[in-house]
Amino acid sequence: MSEKKLAIIATKGSLDWAYPPLILGSTAAALGYEVEIFCTFYGLQLLRKRMDLKVTSLGNPGMPMPMPMPVLLQALPGMQSMMTVMMKQKMKSKGVASLEELRELCIEAEVRLVACQMTVDLFEFSTSDFIDGIEYGGAATFFEFAGESDITLFI
Amino acid sequence: MANFDQELDASGLNCPLPILRAKKALASLDSGQVLHIIATDPGSVKDFEAFAKQTGNELMESREEAGKFHFLMKKS
Repeated sequence: MSEKKLAIIATKGSLDWAYPPLILGSTAAALGYEVEIFCTFYGLQLLRKRMDLKVTSLGNPGMPMPMPMPVLLQALPGMQSMMTVMMKQKMKSKGVASLEELRELCIEAEVRLVACQMTVDLFEFSTSDFIDGIEYGGAATFFEFAGESDITLFI
Repeated sequence: MANFDQELDASGLNCPLPILRAKKALASLDSGQVLHIIATDPGSVKDFEAFAKQTGNELMESREEAGKFHFLMKKS
């Protein structure tokens, strides 16, 4: 049986949304899948040397809050940082891996990480902003792998 | 509980860490050797079944004892 393949497009750059691609990518690799994560737009944050991702409750009525808080209050300066600190503490207490740890596990498992060249240029990132060992490519690069994949996910 | 060759305590770790740690531990074992995994994540019960099914390693035992989950996995 040839190796199964999983292709993921990661488009989001918040703390919470960075988890699904890294969890699924690392787990699939552990199950024997060949995995590629194509990072575009805000998903490029997953590839930055220093992942400083934040979480916000703004525009997200589904986020469970420790106490009810009016939206205007949630928009105050410092609230996003505070929520990020609280979320990270919560995750740590529940034994949830950090994003850095999951990314390291992906790299160890030889998950291919691809940065979308167009959005790298668009946001004026340089290759020195990103970790070593990643690839750069465009839509056609994605389809080269996705076309042979058993599973493709857009996150 | 049957004999095992190596023990992995994944207590307190949440999905997907128990699976990823187990995968790593199995890599250091020889074929036929047995890994004893201890976990507290209730999701790990189904996850280790799924892991075994997809990787060909044999889940010899899966049981709960004193709030912890114990698994015996034989490397294929």
